[in-house]
Amino acid sequence: MVRVDGSGGSNSLIGVRGLDKTYHRGGGEIRVLQGLNLDVDKSDFVAFMGPSGSGKTTLLNLLGGLDVPTRGNITVAGDEITHMSGHKLTEWRARHVGFVFQMYNLIPVLTAFQNVELPLLLTKLSKAQRRNHVETALGVVGLADRMSHYPRQLSGGQEQRVAIARAIVADPTFLLCDEPTGDLDRQSADEIMALIERLVREYGKTVLMVTHDPVVARRAGTTLHLEKGVLVESAEPERVAAGGRHEI
Amino acid sequence: MAGIAAKLLFGLIFTFAAAFVLLILAGLLAAFLAPFLGSVPISYNLRSIKARWTSAIVAVLGIAGTVGVFVAMLSLANGFKATLVASGSPGNALIMRAGSPTEMMGGVSLDSVRVVQDAPGVARDASGPLVTQEVVGVMPFPLISTGTDANVQVRGVSSNVLRIRTFAKITDGRMFQPGLSEIVVGRNASKTYAGLTLGNTIQFGGGHWQVVGIFDAGGSAFDSEIWCDAKILNEILKRPDNIFQSITVRLASPQAFQQFKDSVTSDPRMNVDVTREIDYYAKQSTTMTRLITVLGGLVAAIMAIGAVFGALNTMYSAIAERGREIATMRAVGYSSWNVILSFLFEALLISFVGGILGCVAVLPLNGLTTNTMNFQTFANVAFAFKITFDLLLLGVVFALVMGVLGGLLPAIRAATRPVAVALREL
Repeated sequence: MVRVDGSGGSNSLIGVRGLDKTYHRGGGEIRVLQGLNLDVDKSDFVAFMGPSGSGKTTLLNLLGGLDVPTRGNITVAGDEITHMSGHKLTEWRARHVGFVFQMYNLIPVLTAFQNVELPLLLTKLSKAQRRNHVETALGVVGLADRMSHYPRQLSGGQEQRVAIARAIVADPTFLLCDEPTGDLDRQSADEIMALIERLVREYGKTVLMVTHDPVVARRAGTTLHLEKGVLVESAEPERVAAGGRHEI
Repeated sequence: MAGIAAKLLFGLIFTFAAAFVLLILAGLLAAFLAPFLGSVPISYNLRSIKARWTSAIVAVLGIAGTVGVFVAMLSLANGFKATLVASGSPGNALIMRAGSPTEMMGGVSLDSVRVVQDAPGVARDASGPLVTQEVVGVMPFPLISTGTDANVQVRGVSSNVLRIRTFAKITDGRMFQPGLSEIVVGRNASKTYAGLTLGNTIQFGGGHWQVVGIFDAGGSAFDSEIWCDAKILNEILKRPDNIFQSITVRLASPQAFQQFKDSVTSDPRMNVDVTREIDYYAKQSTTMTRLITVLGGLVAAIMAIGAVFGALNTMYSAIAERGREIATMRAVGYSSWNVILSFLFEALLISFVGGILGCVAVLPLNGLTTNTMNFQTFANVAFAFKITFDLLLLGVVFALVMGVLGGLLPAIRAATRPVAVALREL
């Protein structure tokens, strides 16, 4: 269940309280987020919408520990991340967050297998265990037969699927998707969204996604709009069914 | 007050120098350990270098050129020093007038020679004590390569000289006969100067001399000399026949040196300095060795600055091109430390290849003979570039230091850039 009024209990997977983010530009202040509250439970699929510059990506960066808020706090699975040191935050990110970017952000000189393996190299898994995880993740996204391909040898949709495999391979607590379909045609976008839906429905993943596209946003269980630095719940489409989940 | 300021300044400079050296050492250590400590796969660095091979080649060539010059200069100094040091034997002692810095300035009498011959510790054979009283002069001879004159050291020696300088052997012809105007020529001198070939008669110092032998002095400075009878040379140079410039003694053993020296220097009739022959020639090499090392070091340092900037440029442009990759890696959990190690390793890899290439490029110089003037004797000395394993190792270390200098700042920049900012700027 997603709440934006700060009424969520301590059992929420993600809890955000009074989040402020202010940028200082040219002597002036730009207050992007203003006392924002948010509670997200496990297996929620949330879409954030809003005009350009409304702070969607900033919110995603703060939730992913890539940026620090000016005020307020963020708690994820019981960990208060806003006061973590840079080193701790990096470790936390590796363990809890899977990122999916608009431009896929694959390493061009590494194969699909090696790209997906990257987060696992930070773990204590053996080579065989890593191989097993990577093959599973690439199997989930339907690219088991493209493991030795380089990003330049894949289509945009396939690249994004490799990026999703990289995001899920270490079994993170939640996924942050920043415009995951923004660089894809409609058909590829549909395939990617179907894949993300499947991750929520079958594997119980928690997904927070930024998008400009209302069609894409409708695939999420909850769509929130960022207006004047706070989140507003715009609609409550039918939630994605949570039955038949598997652990990756 | 001025003293305190000077001490403070010295302390400050020393601290900065120590910090710099520590930084380099830490960088080298970190980069060496990168494959074991860092999590970024080495294949990423290797393929990134391959993908940006043009800029990598520029950096490699810059470092290779610098290392090449560095090793060549040091091998030149090394060769010069080795040539002169090889001229001395630890089992020989050299006696010169007290205070004389070189043989050229020396003067010892025949009476002194007699005292030396009777001194304890002197080796003897059937013919008597192994002592050679010597006269040296410098004569111009035309170089085969250019036809211009260059100074050659002509050494008047005793006929038993080959039993004292045992490393010198007659390779062609025979030894000169005492009392005759005959000369034996060092193998380098024979190859370098016109007319100094076996059987030829040449003219110098107002007399005619026949070349009766060629000798090999084991690559020492004697190979650049002409030897003849000391008495005849004294006559030709119109010097008194009872005055020599130095005495060289074969000791009964290297350990007999102190006994011999104490005996000679404590004799009230003697006013001489006694040194081991090897120490004398080692000292003779210092001026030229220092000159070559300083000049070579200066050239290498200037080139190194250029090479470091080349490496900096390569690494900065690599980082600019790979901003997205670095930001993504840090987003998925790679630490700043991982990124620094990865880029340092990459810089080290480039510089290592450059270092090896530079060393390989100058290897053909090894053994190549060249000439220079020995400022102590004003005579030309032929010597060979001497590239040793230590020098090659030093060249590679020099390359790695350049790599660390060129890679550290870009690596730190890559690692400390805020991830959110780096992702947004893409």
